[in-house]
Amino acid sequence: MTTKQYVCIVCPMSCSIELTDDSGVLTVKGNTCKRGEEYAKNEYTDPKRMITTTVGLRGSRLRCLPVISRKAVPKKLLRDCMKQLYATVVDAPVRQGDVIVANILGTGVDIIAARSITL
Amino acid sequence: MNTLSYDIAVIGGGPAGLAAAVKARELGMDRILLVERDYELGGILQQCIHDGFGLLRFKKQLSGCQYAQKFIDLVAEGGIDVLCDTMVLELTDDRRIYAVSAQEGLLEIRAQAVILAMGCRERTRSQVSIMGSRPAGVLTAGSVQRYINMEGYLPGKKAVILGSGDIGLIMARRMTLEGIEVEGVYEVMSSLGGLRRNKVQCLDDYGISLHLSTTVTKIHGNKRVEAVTVALVGSDGKPVRETERVIPCDLLVLSVGLIPENELSRKAGVQLHPVTRGPVVDDTMMTSIPGVFAAGNVVAVFDLVDYVSRSGEIAAQGAVDFIRRQSARGNMVDTVAGSNVGFVLPQRVNADCGGKEINLYLRVRKPMKDVRAEIVCNGKILKSTRYGVANPPEMIALRFVPDGPLDGPLTVDVR
Ligand SMILES: Cc1cc2nc3c(=O)[nH]c(=O)nc-3n(C[C@H](O)[C@H](O)[C@H](O)COP(=O)(O)OP(=O)(O)OC[C@H]3O[C@@H](n4cnc5c(N)ncnc54)[C@H](O)[C@@H]3O)c2cc1C
Ligand code: SF4
Repeated sequence: MTTKQYVCIVCPMSCSIELTDDSGVLTVKGNTCKRGEEYAKNEYTDPKRMITTTVGLRGSRLRCLPVISRKAVPKKLLRDCMKQLYATVVDAPVRQGDVIVANILGTGVDIIAARSITL
Repeated sequence: MNTLSYDIAVIGGGPAGLAAAVKARELGMDRILLVERDYELGGILQQCIHDGFGLLRFKKQLSGCQYAQKFIDLVAEGGIDVLCDTMVLELTDDRRIYAVSAQEGLLEIRAQAVILAMGCRERTRSQVSIMGSRPAGVLTAGSVQRYINMEGYLPGKKAVILGSGDIGLIMARRMTLEGIEVEGVYEVMSSLGGLRRNKVQCLDDYGISLHLSTTVTKIHGNKRVEAVTVALVGSDGKPVRETERVIPCDLLVLSVGLIPENELSRKAGVQLHPVTRGPVVDDTMMTSIPGVFAAGNVVAVFDLVDYVSRSGEIAAQGAVDFIRRQSARGNMVDTVAGSNVGFVLPQRVNADCGGKEINLYLRVRKPMKDVRAEIVCNGKILKSTRYGVANPPEMIALRFVPDGPLDGPLTVDVR
């Protein structure tokens, strides 16, 4: 049996959660809501994180375009995703929600523009 | 000088000002002006590229820019007049605004109601007094955020962060991902300044160490920061010399808190509160000057942008009612910060508010477990809410609907 302590990062309440793995049966306590249970189980089996960063931008007074992943991606792929994004440059204008990189590194997750650029 | 005339003038185009303008339009106001000194709307949110915004309002983890974009689009759809690149220089107590704009020169704006939404600014080095010379490379976390996220410029190679507020934690992660080595985060208090979720996802995830009860005592270097000295602080709050150690670095990032930006309010004669450092407001967000309202971080540092937007909407409703004279302000009662409460917002509520929802925001003084937040009026408990934990960095929001008039001050206790 293994026990792990987590701090839920889903909302600002930051609940302290304890997860117990009893031969594959996961039990979670300390969470205030359901999302915390899901978070702790994910964190134990396959931790995921959102990607938020910038890519290069041409044709605007701003030099970078903020981007965000539509969903969280496996934590272990975070650095490689970032590497690909650092090599990406796009042209203005851009609409919030435009796909900047589709299906990044085969994760099934799109990276989209987090704001519109008109200027 | 050009003179403009509006029903409502909003000063500041961050989330508070945006929400106020959008709400005023929804309530049927025609002539609304939004004044912003930056070249675009959005305020601080445009440099907040990380996610975690709007969980309450949109039930989604948006990035700051995405959250701002939703309101910026609504402002455009509503045909609200916007003046960017326009800095308000003065507000008078009869609601005249003097502003200067690159395109228009000096402007006088007259409004039936004014909403202050200037946000806050970061504390700087001069407010934390560190010894040493004045080299380049000492920056606030928010400036570093703007350089990296908007201007595409890396301000150093190896950083030490002083202060464990949320902005510092977020920037520890951001700098690491951008290839700036973050040596550690140093916090003079014995507990974390920001939210625990930010420690987990910004420090722990990247193996960045947090040093509590430790501060920077000296900055080395003449032209550019070359190193800083850190030391443990004793229980008397003074650095312990024997524990001093020198850390080579070329960047010192300060995340030492925010102060509401109230130069305009002060000059106009708006009454300010000594604890929040923002205007004293009532439940419609009206300040001590009739027709002048305030919303967002200019009132007090709200943690959540959702609360900021909400305060903007309340201010807009207040301003519209004020203009339409629907709100003959009746008797007011004070709100009182009771046991373990640092402050309560708003500071005054209408006593005849029976049946009307009231939103109170408060911060506790010290961390506590298994507590109740109680709203008490004349010995009667009007509302009691349980919390597993109450931490100073996490603002508590209470909503309640009194069933009749209030016959005395409202005290909020957390115990
Ligand atoms: C680094 C950082 C991270 C954050 N992270 C989160 C988070 O993860 N989740 C969350 O919910 N919240 C977060 N917040 C909080 C949230 O961003 C703020 O609460 C919110 O931006 C405050 O909105 P505001 O409209 O009051 O002020 P601001 O966004 O500061 O807007 C004020 C505007 O007024 C303008 N202005 C000021 N003075 C004048 C003048 N004289 N004339 C004309 N214009 C003027 C300014 O240029 C600015 O655009 C974070 C804040 C910061 C700084
Ligand atoms: S368990 Fe629920 S309430 Fe607690 S931090 Fe996670 S999401 Fe928030």
